[in-house]
Amino acid sequence: MTLLAESFGPNSLAIVEKLADRTEAIKLAGELLQQSGRVNAPYINSMVDAVERFGPYIVIAPGIALAHGKSEDGVIETGLSLVVLREPLAFGHGDNDPVEIVFGLAATDHQSHLGLMGELASFLGDQEKVTSLLRAEDLTQLRSLLV
Amino acid sequence: MGIGTSVLLKINAEKALKLLDVEATVDAADVATVRKVSFNAQIILTTPDLVDELQGLPAEIIPIQRVFDLEEISNKLSKALL
Repeated sequence: MTLLAESFGPNSLAIVEKLADRTEAIKLAGELLQQSGRVNAPYINSMVDAVERFGPYIVIAPGIALAHGKSEDGVIETGLSLVVLREPLAFGHGDNDPVEIVFGLAATDHQSHLGLMGELASFLGDQEKVTSLLRAEDLTQLRSLLV
Repeated sequence: MGIGTSVLLKINAEKALKLLDVEATVDAADVATVRKVSFNAQIILTTPDLVDELQGLPAEIIPIQRVFDLEEISNKLSKALL
């Protein structure tokens, strides 16, 4: 199993029709990290705070956000979560809005997740793989794409 | 902050530097620690909304819009380096 596939714990994925705003989307990505045992509750606020403080820099590519907080705010174990939005959502990013894919990232420190980030970078650099996430009909199908 | 974004940017900056055949060391840092680790940096790559946070650092600051766009990263780095 790849590091990428392993980083998505049980209950770490969601496909949703519509969310009100970016805060809701980030919170959902955080709750999925919590449900899958990767973070404690305070980390979810840390994820929201990061965007409030520094702006929508987490929208790293067209349509894709990578939401994360500070390691010391409640990371239990390095992991990822994923929210696919059926209705694209504005995050306030001039170039890369609207967002359809939100990854939640929990990382214990820089070193421990370098291998995982390498795999994530290759995955997100592959437009076909990214598009396939948007076409997934259910969570089982979505999980099968994350390899 | 910046653990996720900066690491992805580092990975892609390394790919871009390889394409340009430039030898360089690339480090990832978050906004809180960048002042400590960047004292001898030549270039700092960041996302546009963090540019203001980095003002006053003794390096050329280059905003990258699309972290996965190797063409954007390569073009901007080659302008700065070559």
